[in-house]
Amino acid sequence: MRTDTTEQQLLEGLALNNRKAIETIYKQHYNMVQALILNNSGYPDDARDIFQEAMIVLYEKVRSGSFELNCQLKTYLYSVCRRLWLKRLAQMQRSFSEVENLRDTVPVEDELERHEQRNRDFQVMEQSLNSLGEPCRSLLKAYYLEMKSMVEIACEFGYTNADNAKNQKYKCLMRLKKIFSQHIK
Amino acid sequence: MQDNALIDTVERYLRGEMLPEEKLFFEHVRSTNPDVDQLVIEHTRFLSQLTQYGETSRLKTELQTVHRQLAEEGQLGEQRPAIVVTLWKKYKRVVFVAASIAGITALFISGLVALLSPKVSKDKVDYLINVVNHQNAKINNIANQVNSKEAPVFDGFGTGFLIDGKGYLITNAHVVRNAREIDVQNTLGNYHARLIRLDPQADLALLKIDDTTYRPFIGLPYGISKSDGDLGEDLFTLGYPRPEIVYNKGYLSAATGHGEDTTSFQLTIAANPGNSGTPVFNNDGEVIGVINSSQHDAQGMVFAVRSKNIFRAIDSIKADSSLQSIDSSLVHLHMPLTSALKGVDRQKQIKRIEDYIFIVKRN
Repeated sequence: MRTDTTEQQLLEGLALNNRKAIETIYKQHYNMVQALILNNSGYPDDARDIFQEAMIVLYEKVRSGSFELNCQLKTYLYSVCRRLWLKRLAQMQRSFSEVENLRDTVPVEDELERHEQRNRDFQVMEQSLNSLGEPCRSLLKAYYLEMKSMVEIACEFGYTNADNAKNQKYKCLMRLKKIFSQHIK
Repeated sequence: MQDNALIDTVERYLRGEMLPEEKLFFEHVRSTNPDVDQLVIEHTRFLSQLTQYGETSRLKTELQTVHRQLAEEGQLGEQRPAIVVTLWKKYKRVVFVAASIAGITALFISGLVALLSPKVSKDKVDYLINVVNHQNAKINNIANQVNSKEAPVFDGFGTGFLIDGKGYLITNAHVVRNAREIDVQNTLGNYHARLIRLDPQADLALLKIDDTTYRPFIGLPYGISKSDGDLGEDLFTLGYPRPEIVYNKGYLSAATGHGEDTTSFQLTIAANPGNSGTPVFNNDGEVIGVINSSQHDAQGMVFAVRSKNIFRAIDSIKADSSLQSIDSSLVHLHMPLTSALKGVDRQKQIKRIEDYIFIVKRN
């Protein structure tokens, strides 16, 4: 089954972090996932966590350039959430008695494996940034993530000129690299 | 400070901020100086990890915002447990009072009913119980008879595999020729199937699972290849020479089949009679053939129909309008051309394929 055009547009929107697209997917599919979790010994907070993680999996998929799900978005999200929740339950040693196991699922194991790797990288990066301390952390974020110019940064962080800010940024980057490579091992 | 300048240069290069001549010069330096090249590669990776972190955390914030907003608007459905708990706390007393009133009322009414209802003799009740038991026994008997009629004794076995998740299977024509009943069974269950078309010349048959308990698959993990495969290419099979699924590995050993038949090829692999209809996969998880016969006097000498013939057979089936009345969804039969198993290791390939392979039983 091919992804239809409206769903494709939603996915393209998600790839661009578009608020409207995220909201639409949320409205259309959140309750289905919530029902799955609540019916299987979960709480509303679990539903939120699982759904949001599935959205990240989907985001990673569309960011890698694949807007073709080969199934409906609903089936895809359901399959991912089901898998994620099964795993979470196994970790908590609770059991799963899917009430609506008549619903279709598609295989998502490979994607979740990749997602887990990315998730680990994400956490290591977060830890590294946190242990880097200020002002390094904000400085790097401003330059690399918020794409601010060195002039803006110099102004914002109180450096005398852009070159000074650049020097500082370089030192911070080297420290971050070092911490990251220690953590990742 | 030199490193600082270098990193800066690398970043300008990665962001595409260099002038054409500068870029050309830098690429020249990069190609002649392995250290610089290494730095570019390593820095690219690190930066992509950093930006991925940034993007994911931005998405996370966005998701939280959307969640909070939708929850406030009451668009996220009722969050049952939480609400029930607060309501319970709030109305505990009221509930107790209500429950006691309900209990008293119930007692009162049942007393009233017992008092006012007409008296029925015990004999009458016993008689009715007897009649009901008798009827039940009769129904059970009939059901058993029906069941035993519906369970045919199968005397022929082969293998089949899905070419469309809706339930279309390919097996050999010789497996199902003159069959009265066909059942197929995979790791998930046993299903009734019917023959759509025999192609005795290519030794292929198209079956369709015709059973309400069958849950269609969306898409297949493997693809059906239109290419021929190369001499010496590694191949593997998953089939049912016995009631257990069996994996075998071999190679393409001749470009033609029995008697220089160009529609099939020879492979060297272990195969048994129940392997008829078994799909032959290449390393990418594409079906390149269907096992149909083996040379009895030579071990491991097996022939397979090229998968190209499946396409030919399906095309001619689709062109035959008389089949539309037998199966209206035939026009939607769609074979996957690409495999999702490329570069996946063998154990995982097998795990993902096995549910799509069936034992074909006929009588």
